[in-house]
Amino acid sequence: MTEGLLPTDEPIQLIDPAGSRTVTTTFDLPDRETLTALYRAMVSGRRFDAQVTALTRQGRLAVYPSSRGQEACQTGTALALRPQDWLFPTYRDSVAVVTRGIDPMDVLVSFRGDWHCGYDPRQHRTAPQCTPLATNTLHAVGLAHAARLKNEDTVAVVLLGDGATSEGDTHEALNFAAVWKAPVVFVVQNNGYAISVPLHRQTAAPSLAHKGIGYGIRSFRVDGNDAAAVYATVSAAVSAAAAGAGPVLIEAVTYRMEAHTNADDATRYRQDDEVAHWLERDPLRRLATFLGLKGSEFDDEAELLAADVRTRAGTDASPSPESLFEHVYAERPVMLERQMVDALDLPAGGRSGVEGLEEDGRGTR
Amino acid sequence: MSTVAQPVTATESSARQSVTLAGALNRALGDALEADERVVVFGEDVGPLGGVFRVTDGLAARFGESRVWDSPLAESGIVGTAIGMAMNGLRPVVEMQFDAFAYPAFEQITSHLAKMRNRTSGRVGLPVVVRIPYGGGIGGVEHHCDSSEVYYTHTAGLRVVTCATPADGYRLLRQAIDSPDPVIFLEPKRRYWSKETAELTVDGPALHEARVVRPGRDVTVIAYGGMLATALEAAEMGRAEGYDLEVVDLRSLNPFDDDTVTASVRRTGRAVVVHEAAGFCGYGAEVAARLTEQCFHHLAAPILRVTGLDIPYPPPKLEAHHLPNADRILDAVARLQWEDEPGA
Ligand SMILES: Cc1ncc(C[n+]2csc(CCOP(=O)(O)OP(=O)(O)O)c2C)c(N)n1
Repeated sequence: MTEGLLPTDEPIQLIDPAGSRTVTTTFDLPDRETLTALYRAMVSGRRFDAQVTALTRQGRLAVYPSSRGQEACQTGTALALRPQDWLFPTYRDSVAVVTRGIDPMDVLVSFRGDWHCGYDPRQHRTAPQCTPLATNTLHAVGLAHAARLKNEDTVAVVLLGDGATSEGDTHEALNFAAVWKAPVVFVVQNNGYAISVPLHRQTAAPSLAHKGIGYGIRSFRVDGNDAAAVYATVSAAVSAAAAGAGPVLIEAVTYRMEAHTNADDATRYRQDDEVAHWLERDPLRRLATFLGLKGSEFDDEAELLAADVRTRAGTDASPSPESLFEHVYAERPVMLERQMVDALDLPAGGRSGVEGLEEDGRGTR
Repeated sequence: MSTVAQPVTATESSARQSVTLAGALNRALGDALEADERVVVFGEDVGPLGGVFRVTDGLAARFGESRVWDSPLAESGIVGTAIGMAMNGLRPVVEMQFDAFAYPAFEQITSHLAKMRNRTSGRVGLPVVVRIPYGGGIGGVEHHCDSSEVYYTHTAGLRVVTCATPADGYRLLRQAIDSPDPVIFLEPKRRYWSKETAELTVDGPALHEARVVRPGRDVTVIAYGGMLATALEAAEMGRAEGYDLEVVDLRSLNPFDDDTVTASVRRTGRAVVVHEAAGFCGYGAEVAARLTEQCFHHLAAPILRVTGLDIPYPPPKLEAHHLPNADRILDAVARLQWEDEPGA
């Protein structure tokens, strides 16, 4: 009755922290080409993250939640998606979004404070990075269920954090997905903390993956610093969901190396020796060692990316105040049109089609 | 399934007929499901049962469970998944079972449903209709009678609509389903079973327009939803007292149709706003403020509000004290600083 629903006692691992093949029977090791692509994406992702963190310190960004330490989870998930699949990322997942092929400057639009989302979700099949915790889980379930109703071969993969698993929406999403057999993969990046709150204050469950059984969802626990294991597990889950086997829950055990955001001080709630322990489990070094790489193979490419971000972030975008009044509705309602004329002190006469304006040119509101 | 837009055609329902509001809304859903295969209907008990108010009666049998189905019991889940479905080209029409039971969905409605188009610079619109049976007057117990409109009207990006009569309920629901914007569709429970002989058609005032339901010279009575019939009753009674009341049905609470309402108030010079919800920070406050700003020099008296009391919704035996009725509306009318006889 519960067969296959429970995670294994030990997290799935294909490559151990020292860079050797783990003896496992769970999933096959991805081929060398895939592993190299994963490594390359992690190098770019880490460089991007470091560059953005530096720009944030210089005051060029409003806020930035770093992905450092979680590159294996984020690239492993993003690369496991097929082109027709959708990704539902959070604020933490900029590296996943960049790995999906979205222009880094478009990713930074929201963190720079220029607009809320800078890329076209439909074009990239990537939802806007979501801030209200766990709310994106339901969007993923709905999108996936619609795909089934339309006979489309599309899987939705949603990223969430350990803290977000306590939210009611996560419960509702897991339940809806299971009842509807929706092709959704839930990838929980358990990075140990929700801002300052450690996992043991978040849940009394044996693991986050154990939560799946209560919904009848197959669940896996994976070493989130092993890109090969994350990739293999998410790929298998995407294939199973696409084949009609229903949703899958994956807990990826990882660690957030930076503070929650640039505005947070992690020394108030965690010890340096804990950070040091996780430094030894670095996802990039592990894969480089396994592949027999020097570790500098993709540095030039990553440096070009960082330089490009630096240059383009050096010029301030100046969003127009008029954009405040755009896209609130499909068509601007008359009352908003009048408020815009009023707020921006536009000459009413110069705006044809605005009725009900007073003669002095101010909106009647 | 094609994703080509289907024009709204109401031919199926166009003969004159005697119909209740619940029946007209049922027809609207059926006709919308027929006209556009992107439309899906889901929520709690909306399948075989037909909803607790029977507004979805017969639809599951007619259209099958891939178009009309019972969801698990979770309001945030219903709205949140509707958002994802709309992102993937469907046009979900979801039902919240009662006004106060929509509150678990508040985060999805205000943080995502309302804002996705704006957040994505127009790239992802969410044509979702959230139907909410609302308001009191049915002897319902706690949590079943709230007038929750301002929680939604205060949120930019949502269209908030109330229906008051069968024919207009049909029209508004068809228009709401056809709208590219998310619509909070408020259905006054106390009027579900009131009948009208009418033609059901989408033609007529547009989704954002108020309408003058009864022309009059002395006072503009502004109402919506369940209070429209009460305002009309007051107008009938007022005739005997010498008042000729004009009654405006707002229909769309957001956006607000300034033009229709201000034209009426400039004509009559007096206005009373009526709603069931508490007066404090209620919808009438916004109406009174807007009208004062726009019609000040035409006003002969302050704008008055006739509203529910500033209390939690009372138990059934006391609700009559809370809810506005025709007498209270006429009391307000009598307080509008008449120096001359009305109509003089
Ligand atoms: C509904 C909601 N409540 C509170 C917050 C504020 N908040 C932002 S991130 C965060 C911690 C989230 O932790 P977790 O889900 O583990 O993700 P992580 O940040 O570690 O990636 C909190 C409390 C929020 N964004 N949304």
